[in-house]
Amino acid sequence: MTRFNAWNVIKNGLNGQSGWSRQWRDPEPKNNYDVIIIGGGLHGLATAFYLAKNHNIKNVAVLEKGWIGGGNAGRNTTIVRSNYMMPGNHEFYEHSLKLWENLSHELNYNVMFSQRAHVSLFHSPGAKDSAARRYNIMRLHGTDAELWDLKTLKKKIPHLNYDDSRFPILGAAVQKRAGNARHDAVAWGYARAADQLGVDILQNCEVTGITRKNGNIESIQTSRGTIKSKKVGFAVAGNTSLLWQMAELGNLPIESHKLQAFVTESVKPLLDQVVVYGVGGAHFYISQSDKGSMVFGGDLDWYKSYAQRGNLPMVQDCAEAAMAILPCLGRIRLLRHWAGVMDMTMDGSFFICKTPISNLYLNAGWNYGGFKASPASGWYFADLIANENPHNYVHNHNLERFEKGINIDERGAGPDPKLHG
Amino acid sequence: MIRINCPYCGERDHSEFTYGGDATIKYPSLDSSEKEWTEAIFFRKNIKGFQLETWHHSNGCRMWLEVERSTVTHEIKSIKPCHPDLQKVVENNK
Repeated sequence: MTRFNAWNVIKNGLNGQSGWSRQWRDPEPKNNYDVIIIGGGLHGLATAFYLAKNHNIKNVAVLEKGWIGGGNAGRNTTIVRSNYMMPGNHEFYEHSLKLWENLSHELNYNVMFSQRAHVSLFHSPGAKDSAARRYNIMRLHGTDAELWDLKTLKKKIPHLNYDDSRFPILGAAVQKRAGNARHDAVAWGYARAADQLGVDILQNCEVTGITRKNGNIESIQTSRGTIKSKKVGFAVAGNTSLLWQMAELGNLPIESHKLQAFVTESVKPLLDQVVVYGVGGAHFYISQSDKGSMVFGGDLDWYKSYAQRGNLPMVQDCAEAAMAILPCLGRIRLLRHWAGVMDMTMDGSFFICKTPISNLYLNAGWNYGGFKASPASGWYFADLIANENPHNYVHNHNLERFEKGINIDERGAGPDPKLHG
Repeated sequence: MIRINCPYCGERDHSEFTYGGDATIKYPSLDSSEKEWTEAIFFRKNIKGFQLETWHHSNGCRMWLEVERSTVTHEIKSIKPCHPDLQKVVENNK
């Protein structure tokens, strides 16, 4: 495979781009692997990459029922941030952000990570205090965080709606190192880098059955034949419950909900940050892609669903929020909107843990936050699979935390999956 | 838009309602083990297909309904009041 570097770009620019090879192989499944990761999304691909890179486990297959980048990897708003405050979460997401900062070099693939700042508006003194508390906790743990007063905010983003009398903008909580990345490039970059280290990426390979023997998983039945493996990892957020039940493991603290995202036609440079507006129940986040489209999203559709289709009340909700905060968007046209199926968990935090089956490992429950978590998710899931011992950052991110009463509930919303935004 | 035929009010948009969740959960007795309570409060079947679920007509009659709905197509098979006595009343008035 041809490496991306200045020399090759110039050389191929002169020879009609004829010197590039395909980015990853399309191998036939082998009979036996050391590790099978089910789910070829960002988390599964990242896990395979770090298994090979950090732990030298290279006899690995990633099973994907569709194609790489076709699931939730392509159904998000590409926001990367680390403004978490619960123990375990803030270390984990901060490490993820640090991995993002070097990801393009690590993968030799431009993931177009743009640290353009994540600007979370507040509209009342109470919200300001709450933001100050959260951002102080972040600073105490070594993450960058600052509060912008109204004067600074007006200078940085002059075209927000500062005249709203119902929800006047008082300022913003800002993480400057946060930003966006190109979602497809992340999937392709991880796939290419993992493939280069010997990982088999098996597309159109749907799991149809799981065979257990003496309590362990012996083999996986797929649409491309039966495959054996010493260890198996699930990384299929959205459909985790289905695989879990296929392995006869019962119920999970997860409900599947859908979350929509929207893209408009392209316009000239308009918004240089990720802006978040959360007031009166509304929840809205918007940024501008490198192509010029406004990319935004809002809340869940509020009812459980496996459909990858969004419903109209949320379209209206997001359009209203857009108009409330950026009235200049009034005449922009929506090009596309889509929904991804989320694993919404009972406390809003994820799972990277062992399971009742000794050679099965679980990576699930990413709620709204799967995209930004991808690098660290792969890092710590690979670590768990290779070393059998959960790292300190994720040692409470297991299924037993509910019974023990150590829920990791950032929002304090209680055991109702749809409320963990 | 999902249209929900409320037994008290008639057919309305789902935006008038609030989704409750799994309608089949039975809470165990107070002296049950922590394991049983954890299972009832935190663990879900998360069915792909038809499931029994509750909806609250929060912007209407404010009654709780038990709805059988597909989580894939959103098609609704049956709707009845959650309260068994009210189910009887609604049946008798048909």
